Amino acid sequence: MTHPVDILLVLVILLNFLVLGTPSLRMTIRGAALQGTLLALLPLLVHRGFGWRVAAIAVATMALKGLLIPGLLEKAMRDVHIRREVEPYVGFVPSLFLCAVGTALAILFSGNLPLAPEHAGTLLVPASLATLLSGFLVLTTRKKAISQVVGYLILENGIFIFGQLLIEAMPFLVEAGVLLDLFVGIFIMGIVINHIRQEFSSLDTELLSELKD
Amino acid sequence: MEVGLVLLPLLGAVVAALVRSRERRAWVVPAAGVLHLLLLGGMVLGNVRSGRGFWLRLDPLATVILGTISVLFVVAAFYLPGYLALRRDRDDRVFCAGLLVFLAMTSLLALAQHLGLLWVAMEATTLATAPLLYFNRTARSLEATWKYLMIGSVGIAIALLGSLFLAYSAHVGGAEPSLLFDDLLAGAGSFSRPWLRAAFVLLLVGYGTKMGLAPLHTWKPDAYGEASGIVGALLAGGMTNAAFLALLRVYRVVNAAGEGAFARELLVFMGLVSIALAAVFVVRQRDLKRMLAYSSVEHVGILVLGIGLGGIGVFGSLLHAINNGLTKGVLFLSVGNIHRAFGSKHLDEVSGAISRLPVSGSLFLVGFFAITGSPPFGPFVSEFTIVNAAIGGGHAVAGTLLLVLLGIVFIGMGSTVLSAVQGRPGTASAGTPYKDDLARTAPILVAAALVLLLGLWLPEPLVSLLERAAEGLEARP
Repeated sequence: MTHPVDILLVLVILLNFLVLGTPSLRMTIRGAALQGTLLALLPLLVHRGFGWRVAAIAVATMALKGLLIPGLLEKAMRDVHIRREVEPYVGFVPSLFLCAVGTALAILFSGNLPLAPEHAGTLLVPASLATLLSGFLVLTTRKKAISQVVGYLILENGIFIFGQLLIEAMPFLVEAGVLLDLFVGIFIMGIVINHIRQEFSSLDTELLSELKD
Repeated sequence: MEVGLVLLPLLGAVVAALVRSRERRAWVVPAAGVLHLLLLGGMVLGNVRSGRGFWLRLDPLATVILGTISVLFVVAAFYLPGYLALRRDRDDRVFCAGLLVFLAMTSLLALAQHLGLLWVAMEATTLATAPLLYFNRTARSLEATWKYLMIGSVGIAIALLGSLFLAYSAHVGGAEPSLLFDDLLAGAGSFSRPWLRAAFVLLLVGYGTKMGLAPLHTWKPDAYGEASGIVGALLAGGMTNAAFLALLRVYRVVNAAGEGAFARELLVFMGLVSIALAAVFVVRQRDLKRMLAYSSVEHVGILVLGIGLGGIGVFGSLLHAINNGLTKGVLFLSVGNIHRAFGSKHLDEVSGAISRLPVSGSLFLVGFFAITGSPPFGPFVSEFTIVNAAIGGGHAVAGTLLLVLLGIVFIGMGSTVLSAVQGRPGTASAGTPYKDDLARTAPILVAAALVLLLGLWLPEPLVSLLERAAEGLEARP
């Protein structure tokens, strides 16, 4: 636990639990925002030399993941006057348990994957997989459209962590991929959320259940 | 030259967005589609080659898939003016532009020779289709769009992680940092195997979601069920083929690294699961468009099964990509007409389609026989090739299972389709004024003729193209 990267990653994993365990939508959004802000520091720590490119990634990540997208989500939340995630498909305690199991599996699984010498001994891979799984859990177990988008955001955070392994070898892929996916995905989902609100005056995706076999 | 195939439809999209007259706007789409097909044909006939290392290249694999998409797009585009003439209630500016952006992005995807660019194109294709799905602006289409975007975005995120895994596999193996497929194929031998395997699983899940392989298909019945005929045709015949191509590009790298056997096992498994699931859900399906969605799940299963079986199955699978794409055009466009005439796509209201709509009803029946692999249509040839590959290649169990499942799908679809087209139209259907006319049937007739032609006669240049494409996939280290 001496490496500063690892301390940061442990905080990120703890935030996964926070987001999964709270019924308050505001806490969910802020947890994801804090996670995004912490992750913005990651390129600075992983990448030893301090270049303009790394700084640009950090600033852009912080602006998007830490401020802009959470801000949009909080605004959507205020507009429809919803505060809490009521009755998720899987309860809060069971989903915390699943998250713990997922995190343990992520640590076990990543033990089987050989790392390049410069990454040996860091928590990057297990943290990435654990965050990805938590995001997936939020996405699949929650009913509110806003919670589902937060789940997607956390899933993206997991991929962002993994991207740090390649930031020196293939910086372009990492930057373009993560930011584009995030920005466009959330942007388009934001538009759809807006339409859902106009159509149903609510953001409960349970209302979206007319189509089935 | 290759850039032209991407820029031309994009330019068309800009024009479509700027044109004020509705009639002219509807004709911009077929015009751009024809130009795209002509440019593609010219490049194939003129044997335009660009060397190694380029980011965009029209290789045999891209020619097969993009050729199918381009022909299907032209068919759907000529259907468009007749369709939009009935939809004067909707602003179609975004719809027309979206169709052309979809063509541009699938072209980019087909031509991309770079792992990252391939992924960006897949993402862009998804985003371009979202407004097309939401064209009707109803609560149901909103639900379908939401599910499509949520599940599709997760699939694409997983494909990104898979691409990163693949890149890291190369990095750990000490390869040069390049994501061009030429370089990946050349250096594949030294890649780190555990990372490569994990990468293939993730990419199969990611691009498999976009293809609609079971159990990642859950968005498909909703999206296809709510889509208009044109969008359904382009999703089932275009988007699935584009995602299939993305998967094939990755499969090539994995194969070159010597992990082909691992990948093929997974493909056979996913293929059979998809066909089996479709067989379960297609039986007693009373919604015509949802039935077609499950048929699409079945056929993407057949596509990956053919690749997984290897040998002549690869040829059969690539041929099936063409046949399935065109036949889905026939089915979705004709079911669109039926939907409009009866005001419903459900068997409760639809019956006697042939007597109500002689042309569209008959074409729907023809499409049903073609897609279930009846001779003399194209899918018969390709499905027969794949069954042959299974039984001849020592996969007797898979081959038998495939035959049984195809039989179940035939019976299940058959009972739905026959009760839709036979008999007398109910009184409820008399209300709509819709009639078959040339604008909305001629394009379907052309597609049906092509499907029939491919069943009767495979032109020599097409066979040699398919063989070259299959050769690239079969190459062993």
